[in-house]
Amino acid sequence: MESNMNIPISPEQKKAKPKRNPFHREANVSGWLFVSPMVLGFLVLLLGPLLLAFYMSLTDWPLLGEPTFVGMDNYKAIFSDEEFWTVVGNTFTFAAGLVPLNIALALGLALLLVRKLPGIGIFRTAIFVPVMTSLIVWAIVWKYLFATDTGFINQILQLFGITGPAWLYNPQLAMPVVIVTSVLKNVGLNMVLFIAALQQVPVHLYEAARIDGAGRARQFFQITVPMISPTIFLTTLLTIIGSLKVFGQIYVMTQGGPGDSTKVLVYYIWEKAFKNFEFGYASALAFVLFFIIFVFTLLQWQYRKRWVFHEE
Amino acid sequence: MKNKSPGKILGIGLNYVTLSVVSLIMLVPFLWMLSTSLKEPAKIFVFPPELIPSPIRLENYTEVLANTPFHLFYWNSLYIAILVTIGTVLFASIAGYAFARIPFKGRNLVFLLLLSTMMIPNEVTSIPMFLFMRVLGFINTHVPLIVLPIFGAGGIFGVFVMRQFFLGIPKELEEAAMIDGCSRWRIYWSIMLPLAKPAIATLTIFTFLTSWNDFYDPLIFLNDRELMTLPLALSLFTDEAGTAWHHLMSASVMATLPLLIVFFFAQKQFIEGVSMTGMKD
Repeated sequence: MESNMNIPISPEQKKAKPKRNPFHREANVSGWLFVSPMVLGFLVLLLGPLLLAFYMSLTDWPLLGEPTFVGMDNYKAIFSDEEFWTVVGNTFTFAAGLVPLNIALALGLALLLVRKLPGIGIFRTAIFVPVMTSLIVWAIVWKYLFATDTGFINQILQLFGITGPAWLYNPQLAMPVVIVTSVLKNVGLNMVLFIAALQQVPVHLYEAARIDGAGRARQFFQITVPMISPTIFLTTLLTIIGSLKVFGQIYVMTQGGPGDSTKVLVYYIWEKAFKNFEFGYASALAFVLFFIIFVFTLLQWQYRKRWVFHEE
Repeated sequence: MKNKSPGKILGIGLNYVTLSVVSLIMLVPFLWMLSTSLKEPAKIFVFPPELIPSPIRLENYTEVLANTPFHLFYWNSLYIAILVTIGTVLFASIAGYAFARIPFKGRNLVFLLLLSTMMIPNEVTSIPMFLFMRVLGFINTHVPLIVLPIFGAGGIFGVFVMRQFFLGIPKELEEAAMIDGCSRWRIYWSIMLPLAKPAIATLTIFTFLTSWNDFYDPLIFLNDRELMTLPLALSLFTDEAGTAWHHLMSASVMATLPLLIVFFFAQKQFIEGVSMTGMKD
């Protein structure tokens, strides 16, 4: 519309203009008015804090007293911080354990549940219930199930004459326990997404394959997997991002211990920021987390074309 | 029904067995939680474990209610989640409508800008937010727990969901109303919003559950016990109660049961709503 401003206006356009212009002005005014609460909130509560966080990461910012600008010192300190590398290692161990287990189990269950058999809805409900439950409650109950003396799991083992280990107090076992607990908590979510995707696969593809003599395995790898690959891609990406941000179950079940064996990145950030009140260092750590998530997302998108069959 | 080969029947049987085992693993925590919540403290150590406790001890529940401000935890979680949900649905649907239907200048740019920030982890912004809230005197109040989700990533996600829904509604309806001289607000409020009921239902469940289960923000912003939400109170309870599992489990049952009951009555909506969590994170 603006480009019309300097062009000599013909009589017809002159006529049309008062009709059009108020409409556009009205659209601009009401449009901005309608989005203004969200946009203001975004500026004050997201963009502002994001910029401030970056500035904070360049400072030594104590709870009380004046912050001092230190440039890249926090970032340099992070890279020579031994605990940081342990924590990053733990975070990747958690993700590497959780993601394949979660995706494989979710897909396997979805394949079983997509068949229209009587009473199958009950199983879907049962597997979905943990997703609904508060993560904190779930972690508390599993901490109890894995308790050394009173825990259900060790009591069951005892029935078979096995003395169960001190699961959550053993540096080798604590992480696997947290991983299993986390998989069980959220596998229902990916499962439901997979079921929805599987239901979209046209039946005639399978019929055609069967006529051509393709077996079950062949059908799975050459029809099912390619057809639901966008969903596999999405769930994998989201599960990776979620696992890199794990916190609640660690807080409840192990507090990062025993030793540092389950201390993950977000737990470390929380500890530095809100236990030690090293806001500058914690902000730099948070940006490292942001960077890791960003890189993973980018890599996934890069590889997306290679293994995702069709795009919307 | 056509006859099934023995192989097929075996396959179906295996299907059921596998699903039963997995479902059982999922349900054991709940059964064990319920069972322990009704046990006498001494019976917790009894071997072999009793699944159905005898005698049943309901005092575990009354003791938790008497010794902790459990009703306050409940109330805090509930009213915060309700306010967050109302705020999110309202502001997200207004903005979502504008992004879908009002051709204002800069619309696409603003929308992209909003969407791009959804990837920022909460942990990055929560540190300056803590200082910001401290300056405003909102530490140890419910204000950040209500305001931040409405205008934060959760709210922006809501805008996205509502926009997608409004894009799917035929334009003719709106044009007719415009010709009749309806204002944008009237169109949004009396025509579009009532049509958006399915999207609003999904967004409501998603937002309510996210707020109800939130842990990180209450942990950062709250200190006083009376102000705590259920997840935070329960997590601290773990430290204090130590091995008083009977109390811990009855508290967990009380925190979990109401939502599960609602879930069983509105499963379809819940599964849709919760599935959106996956899309957001």
